[in-house]
Amino acid sequence: MTLTTPLRRRLVNLAMQAIAVAAAFAAVAVLAIMVISVARRGGGAINLDLFTKLPHPFSFTPVKSGLANAFVGTAVIVGVATLMALPIGVLTAIYLNEFAPRRVAFLIALALDVLNGVPAIVVGIFVFALIVVSHGQSGLAGSFALAILMIPLIARATQETLALVPESTREASLALGVSRWRTTLSIVLPQTIGGIVTGTTLAVARVAGETAPLLFTSSLVGDQLHADPRQALASVPLKIFEYSESPDPADHRQAWAAALVLIAFILLASTVARLLAARSRRKLGITR
Amino acid sequence: MTVDYATRPVEPLAAIAPALPEPERGETVFDIRDLTARYGSNTAIRGVSMEIYRNLVTAVIGPSGCGKSTFIRCLNRMNDLIPGFAAEGEVLYHEVDLLGGNVDPVAVRRRIGMVFQRPNPFPKSIYDNIAFGLRVLGLKDSLDDRVEHALKRAALWDEVKHRLKASALSLSGGQQQRLCIARAIAVEPDVVLLDEPASSLDPIATSSIEDLMHELKRDYSFVIVTHNMQQAARVADMTAFFSLSQADENGHRSGILVEYDATQKMFTAPSDKRTEDYVTGRFG
Repeated sequence: MTLTTPLRRRLVNLAMQAIAVAAAFAAVAVLAIMVISVARRGGGAINLDLFTKLPHPFSFTPVKSGLANAFVGTAVIVGVATLMALPIGVLTAIYLNEFAPRRVAFLIALALDVLNGVPAIVVGIFVFALIVVSHGQSGLAGSFALAILMIPLIARATQETLALVPESTREASLALGVSRWRTTLSIVLPQTIGGIVTGTTLAVARVAGETAPLLFTSSLVGDQLHADPRQALASVPLKIFEYSESPDPADHRQAWAAALVLIAFILLASTVARLLAARSRRKLGITR
Repeated sequence: MTVDYATRPVEPLAAIAPALPEPERGETVFDIRDLTARYGSNTAIRGVSMEIYRNLVTAVIGPSGCGKSTFIRCLNRMNDLIPGFAAEGEVLYHEVDLLGGNVDPVAVRRRIGMVFQRPNPFPKSIYDNIAFGLRVLGLKDSLDDRVEHALKRAALWDEVKHRLKASALSLSGGQQQRLCIARAIAVEPDVVLLDEPASSLDPIATSSIEDLMHELKRDYSFVIVTHNMQQAARVADMTAFFSLSQADENGHRSGILVEYDATQKMFTAPSDKRTEDYVTGRFG
């Protein structure tokens, strides 16, 4: 009797393992290659001017120009979108996890997943027809479109953390004669702050680079700097799109630089979100 | 700590029980009439009728799955939280039927507190665990005094008075359970229900909780579910023995109240054969 592994099985084992490792490396490699190539093309154009100077029309003599209005615009649009989506997303999650009958909860969860899958451009067209046709373009319309994309992300992340809160803590509060909503507010919600922050950070990272919804809602902008969301606001992704079609190589460099900033922001936000998520899991773990 | 159960002397039940005086059955707190409780189509308890008296400790004993927990959770409407739960019959609490349609379960639970099987302190400080209920229920005057009083009554004050701001989760299991008792009595309920409060605790923590009940029953009425007969014999004035009924035509069995009497009588001279078999260890 031999107890050694037959050669054929050993080879198949080795081959499968190699394929899986190669696939995993390929996935990481795509990201690495992208980041490196964007960094090589745009890295040189990253300087203080990019964030502090305004775009300048084409000129044959070098001028100091930047994308300050686009960074301010994206910050305002995404900030307002977060203010819109955060309360709705969190309240949806609370209803979903704490109050909804099972069948209703199933339907809401399904609706959130469908909403999460709706292409961004469809959301853009929807907001265009709903708001822009009657009221014109504005930063608010852009925020509204982005908020629609953020709600399912925030709601699902919050709901997942709510589900981790042990039933026994809810019972402890209810048994004291504390009402359901007060229990949710004072006992359950404080334990889920970590999950809410994580979900919101991921949602911000996701929509900060969205271009299509803003094309319809906040794209007709000049090169002046302003932060009033009642008017159309410039944004980083649209500026990248615009400069990519420009004949001026200086614009190309700035587009790459803006892309690099966007990627760096998303990488940073995702990392922070994951660290926060791990931290809040640990905290919930101790409470059983 | 470890206990060598093999060599630990087991006190004979009959030896402890007679030490308890015959309880004085005063005012009726709960008058339960023909209570039947179901989860969906599954009947957990059927036709339970008994009276629970003020300032006594009433134990509910019986084999697992006989509806003991379901029964006491009917007394403060905690089962309302479980989808598919339905109760019939009457649970008269000071002559008000708790199962009545216009009874607010939140108001019920303010008068009838509960301590659970596993200690479940809030992930807050020791102080806030007690203060939370007081604040919500509007007992905000002299909050510090109330917290101190509750912790003293639960015999926990001396162990935690220097670290009231520390997390309640840093306490040991037995301390956590005493904190849960302090939390329950801080809001000055009328009755405290305990659902196997010592089942996750070591013998020393268990005996401190039993001492507490002796101490506190002057002011509160206790109903305690336990699967530990020694514990029932030690702490309870009255004991109810629940068991499973014979299978009906569909093969379903449900929890029934077999016998209910003074603890002393239940353990020394039960009138039902099934009780005798259970307390003497021949069954269950």
